Amino acid sequence: MSTTTGNTIESTVVESLKTFGAKEDKISRDATWDAIDVDSLDLAELAQIVEDEHGVKMEEEAMKEIKTVGDAIDYITEKKGS
Amino acid sequence: MQRRELPDVVVTGIGAVTPLGVGARTLHERWTAGTSAFRDGEAPCADFEPSDHLSMKEARRADRFTQFGVVASDEALRDAGWADELPYDPFRIGCILGTGIGGIGTLEGNHDTLRDDGPHNVSPLAIPLMMSNAGSAALSLRHGLKGPIFSVVSACAAGGHAIGTAMRAIQCGDAQAVVTGGSEAALTPLSRASFASMSALSPTGVSRPFDNRRDGFVMGEGAAVLVLEDGESARARGANILATVSGYGATGDAHHLTAPSAEGEGGARAIMLAMADAGLTAADIDYVNAHGTSTQLNDRSETAALKTSLGEYAHKIPVSSTKSAIGHLLGAAGAVESVATILALRDRIAPPTLGYEEPEDGMDLDYVPNKAKTLKTTSDDRAVALSNSFGFGGHNVTLCLETA
Repeated sequence: MSTTTGNTIESTVVESLKTFGAKEDKISRDATWDAIDVDSLDLAELAQIVEDEHGVKMEEEAMKEIKTVGDAIDYITEKKGS
Repeated sequence: MQRRELPDVVVTGIGAVTPLGVGARTLHERWTAGTSAFRDGEAPCADFEPSDHLSMKEARRADRFTQFGVVASDEALRDAGWADELPYDPFRIGCILGTGIGGIGTLEGNHDTLRDDGPHNVSPLAIPLMMSNAGSAALSLRHGLKGPIFSVVSACAAGGHAIGTAMRAIQCGDAQAVVTGGSEAALTPLSRASFASMSALSPTGVSRPFDNRRDGFVMGEGAAVLVLEDGESARARGANILATVSGYGATGDAHHLTAPSAEGEGGARAIMLAMADAGLTAADIDYVNAHGTSTQLNDRSETAALKTSLGEYAHKIPVSSTKSAIGHLLGAAGAVESVATILALRDRIAPPTLGYEEPEDGMDLDYVPNKAKTLKTTSDDRAVALSNSFGFGGHNVTLCLETA
């Protein structure tokens, strides 16, 4: 499994996306998965990393609604806080 | 046997990644110069760096065996003049690749994760990377090939089966062209231990096919890809034709799970079928690229098969083994050796069996010991070779290859 060095939710997400091959200069809160060439296999890996580093389980149903980097960070942040 | 009238199938592009380096011509030039690629009892593709050829995403979405295949395919498609545009309807272009054990490195790594970190940590990429058809799937995606896409798995005969099946797909009209070949990356702890425990690997780490002192094969890794086209279509588009795949013979031993029969009946029959398919006889054959694994059983049985199938010509035809230079590439072997054979025919060279010094009683063919020699052809306008691939499970394949 991929490992990251970040410890905030944002850094976990961004570092993971970079590991998957997304270009750093294209990663922003508004970037859609399509725009940074992130697909369902990448999101499955992201879910593993997030659960490992932050103890947050990204639910499959919720994942379908997450379309951008910012959506993902907000979802994880909200779930971790609750 | 009556030869059926079928379309001719030509090779218009070749590519390879082998322990001798990246590139089909590199393999040919280094082998014919007598260079071998062994280090510490294996033949790794030590110079292969995925990031030289693939984006980060492409590299992490592919097991090493697929990476080899993709890089070999890029070379082959460039060679065929396909780099900018496919010459046919994509639905008429297939991809058939051979492998012995597919993504075994991915399997082993994820099994470690399963054992050490639990099932939740097994990678979502584990299956798509380890599946044996990952190679043909990756080539289809990379090049936009939409015809028949699949992989064939028949141990060390897989590369030969893939090319033969590709040839038939074109002859039967299922495709106008097929990107074919084989790839393997099995220099892994489990694979190594498994081959060693069945005493297939050379304990001394020396590959010396047909030599009396041979004691097993030495594992290599790599891939080769060939672009096969319907001959008429290739000529119509003005393609540079490298070779013709003129014959394919495939048989099974029904003898033993791993051992060939002593007299090589299955191998002999595959050779005879390939010659008949090409409309040729033993008198027409100029060179044999042997399976020649450097195991006691294979090399003796293959010699017997050649004597049975080639009769009085067996002693006149040079026979050599690519595995003396790069080891045994398992499911990639048949493809890599076909590429090496095509370039040898083109240059009228019989490449050498390296390390051959000590004959064994009864094994008395011309194994082209240690030094390449000029290939004398029976015809002025063509050179003809047979390439053998035999696999555990009793799978035998012979291809007949011809060049101008």
